[in-house]
Amino acid sequence: MNELTDALEAQIARWRTWLRRQPALRPADVDELEGHLRDQIAALLEAGLAADEAFLVAVKRMGRLDAVSREFAREHSDRLWKQLVAAPDDDAPGPAARTETFVVLGLAVAAALAVQLPRLFGHQFGEGAFYALNASLFVLPLLTAYLAWKRGLDRARCAWLAAPFAAAAVAVNAFPFTPGGHTEVLAAIHLPIALWLAVGFAYVGGNWWGNVGGRMDFVRFSGELFIYFVLMALGGGVLTAFTIISFEAIGLDVEGSAQLWILPSGAMGAIVVGAWLVEKKQSVVENMAPVLTRIFTPLFAALLVALLAAMAWTRSGVGLEREVLIAFDLLLAIVLGLLLYAVSARDPLAPPDLFDRILLVLVVSALIADGVALAAILTRISEFGFSPNRVAALGENLVLLGNLAWSAWLYIRFVSGRGPFAALERWQTAYLPVYAVWAGFVVLAFPLLFRFA
Amino acid sequence: MNIGKDLVAASATPLVLAILAEGDSYGYAIIRRVAELSGGELQWTDGMLYPVLHRLERFGYVEARWATAETGRRRRYYRITSEGTAHLAAQRRQWQVVDSALRGIWTEMRFAFA
Repeated sequence: MNELTDALEAQIARWRTWLRRQPALRPADVDELEGHLRDQIAALLEAGLAADEAFLVAVKRMGRLDAVSREFAREHSDRLWKQLVAAPDDDAPGPAARTETFVVLGLAVAAALAVQLPRLFGHQFGEGAFYALNASLFVLPLLTAYLAWKRGLDRARCAWLAAPFAAAAVAVNAFPFTPGGHTEVLAAIHLPIALWLAVGFAYVGGNWWGNVGGRMDFVRFSGELFIYFVLMALGGGVLTAFTIISFEAIGLDVEGSAQLWILPSGAMGAIVVGAWLVEKKQSVVENMAPVLTRIFTPLFAALLVALLAAMAWTRSGVGLEREVLIAFDLLLAIVLGLLLYAVSARDPLAPPDLFDRILLVLVVSALIADGVALAAILTRISEFGFSPNRVAALGENLVLLGNLAWSAWLYIRFVSGRGPFAALERWQTAYLPVYAVWAGFVVLAFPLLFRFA
Repeated sequence: MNIGKDLVAASATPLVLAILAEGDSYGYAIIRRVAELSGGELQWTDGMLYPVLHRLERFGYVEARWATAETGRRRRYYRITSEGTAHLAAQRRQWQVVDSALRGIWTEMRFAFA
């Protein structure tokens, strides 16, 4: 009676697969339940039932699986939470998972050490622009290496991926920037944005074009990584504070070394570890960025509408001050981020709802605000001539404007039922390289155009 | 006969502990024993037994271990602990109180309606 037919085994395997997907059930629980099912089937076969009948009766006796799994969840509610921390990945065999852990820890340590290395050669944090310019070069190549390794990229693609990092490293260190000059500051700000595209290229396994889903996953990955990084930074801050306080209690001042070692190395390592956590936990915490988007979209929409109303009321364009313009650019970038994450979390097939209308209000008011900002920048340029900062601001605004305008158009079509939502998703993911290309242009071409001013 | 859900749930703990007090056992055998004891009247949903067993394990009333049966199949065997025995004794006293109270009123009712 132990020889069960293949068909029966297949049925049991399917039943088992379903159970395995239940978060409240551990593999051992599934084994136990499967053992029960097999005992039951064996008894029924012995009683003279046919194999498929025996299976059906045994499954029926077992009860509705969702009810059983709910009962398990009630008994082991802790398991649903522990998923968030360190659920062992049962589908991946042990050695592979362990190799990955070692690879990640190795790369994190490498990033942490890499950031300390230049100090041996006389560069200091906060002195000169060396660290500001190179910050992304300590960790992003290692992060890219991890993703390339994980996705199994071939050598040719790896070589292509190495090129932007090498070019960036040569450029920012070989350019004779005027110390503290505008082009230097702009290069430091824009380099990480440009290189992030290379990370994305590795993330989608080298298959960037024609891979809307993969690019959208990269957007989600970026958002979650940011959230993990902020959380780890908070933890790191507490760790640093305790380190300083507790050593101070025994009469040792370690504040200086904490700032030299824990902060920079911790930040670099945290990016690699954060990426690994996001990779591991895709299915568990993937919804943090969209949840935050849902909360803040109406608030930012209200802010923008109020701002536009106030500007119309007081008849002031955006004050021509530079700081105000920068704040405005940041606001627009946030609006685009909100749009991007709202798009990433939406079921493309669902009909438009209230949230879509709020988002549309947000996009349209951002578009108007962007127009005002553009006018202000053009005024400044016509008044004071071209400067690196003004041209950079102009370019950024045009890039944002292009995205917002077409997004608004697609969104209006969608809300009025004349276009699919997927078009918006395609547009948003197709636009991603534009940011990186513009940022790369600012890093590489601006210093030459403006003579390193 | 369809026995109410609450009553099934309430009687599960003493039944399982009492069956384990007879000797170590595993899930499928426990279900069989319950059916046998109740003459087939007490039908549990098989899957629901395991959360009960795991709860008893968490309370420390039973211990579990994996062992290979003579059929070659690995099974999780449960054994009652001394805490489990004490709890069973307490449950037994409670059920006896309920039982005797019900018996009393059943008897009176028989006189009243006879």
